[in-house]
Amino acid sequence: MLAALRCVIHRDLLLAARRSSDVLTVLLFFVIVVSLFPLGIGPDPALLRTIAPGVVWVAALLASMLALNRMFASDHADGTLEQMLLGATPLGMTVAAKVFAHWLISGLPLVLISPVLALQFDFPQELLGVLALSLALGSPVLSLIGAIGAALTLGLRVGGALLSLLVLTLYVPVLIIGAGAIEAAASGLGGQAQLLLLGGLLVFAGAFAPWAAAVALRISVE
Amino acid sequence: MSINWFKYSSPQTFFPLAGKLALWFGALALVACGVGLYIGFFVAPTDAQQGEAYRIIFIHVPAAWMSMFLYLVMAFWAGLGLAFNTRLSGMMASAIAPTGALFTFVALWTGSLWGKPTWGTWWVWDARLTSELILLFLYFGFMALQAAIDDARRADKAGAVLALVGVVNIPIIYFSVKWWNTLHQGASVSLAKAPTMAATMFAGMIVMAFGFWFYSIAAALMRARCIMLERERSSDWAVHYAKRSA
Repeated sequence: MLAALRCVIHRDLLLAARRSSDVLTVLLFFVIVVSLFPLGIGPDPALLRTIAPGVVWVAALLASMLALNRMFASDHADGTLEQMLLGATPLGMTVAAKVFAHWLISGLPLVLISPVLALQFDFPQELLGVLALSLALGSPVLSLIGAIGAALTLGLRVGGALLSLLVLTLYVPVLIIGAGAIEAAASGLGGQAQLLLLGGLLVFAGAFAPWAAAVALRISVE
Repeated sequence: MSINWFKYSSPQTFFPLAGKLALWFGALALVACGVGLYIGFFVAPTDAQQGEAYRIIFIHVPAAWMSMFLYLVMAFWAGLGLAFNTRLSGMMASAIAPTGALFTFVALWTGSLWGKPTWGTWWVWDARLTSELILLFLYFGFMALQAAIDDARRADKAGAVLALVGVVNIPIIYFSVKWWNTLHQGASVSLAKAPTMAATMFAGMIVMAFGFWFYSIAAALMRARCIMLERERSSDWAVHYAKRSA
């Protein structure tokens, strides 16, 4: 079974590497959205420092949502998904592997570039670690929840807009806790509580979301 | 004598029963809402602190209760449909959703109307208000998903998964919003701090809650009847009904 999972991850990463423009588009979207805020709000450093956690987190939410469409769509189009449904590997595990690969492609780059973007906001350097850590814990949760939405809207005409309606609502707790971790750290309270909560959400979503997404996939493909 | 629990699980037998029940519950709703509003507007005393503006709670609080309760009922039917693959459960879930969304909206709207004279603002990012708003989005998501899927059975099942995921999320959303808010500031006003309610006020609110409850049942059953007719339009009983009432 592990070999099958490794195969799924390897395949998805290889596909992404062959079409690297898709990966870069999401990353560029994230960079541009974050950079737009100072232009819209004004370059006052004190204000920018306050809104930085929220801006980075909301942009990460939108960017990760933008990438969700691709999670199952191409596999659905070329019939690979049906083979996965029929295969001997439990579907929940396959979905978990796909979500992990998806996070490596679309979530991890955001985590890595976020400290650089935060510098644009005159963000204190000692908090950059908390920012990256909160995104590192939170963005997999976004991918996991998003997998359910992507599976439910698979093959629908209005998939993209509908997906955002479903998924952004469910993203709310991650956004609140993730941005809260940075704010708590910035105000000297320490962000440990929120980071632990994010970790808890990650474990919870990691255990149940692939299973729910598998159920949704079976409904969508049957 | 054993009761056949499954007699009314088919649309054909449930359709006439739903019609009768909807009528009765509709009548009960009218009576209860009439009595409740009378108590609310004429019997209940004026609040010492909030004046007459408080009277909106006779609509607001029951609507807020129903908005949350109906989501649970909807998720219950959806889950039942997913687990046992029954046709009627999915229809009930999609029949309840618009009523639930309506009450969520009414709760938000009346809350804002109450907030302006009492708190001095239409909206605060209070934990209750925010989670009620997100509940409205959950209802919208459920309805939008079902509307986007042409195949009725797939729509039922996909909606069921979403409703259940939403139910798991509701406590998480509520607590995250609550902690988020307390991080910034305490709630400016909370119902818990208000002076204990006069008995007549409480009675009016309970009667109104029953009125809304009966209305929800009647409205959901009426909507379920329409869904049943639409989906079973090729079966004999539906054709017969349509011809007879034409």
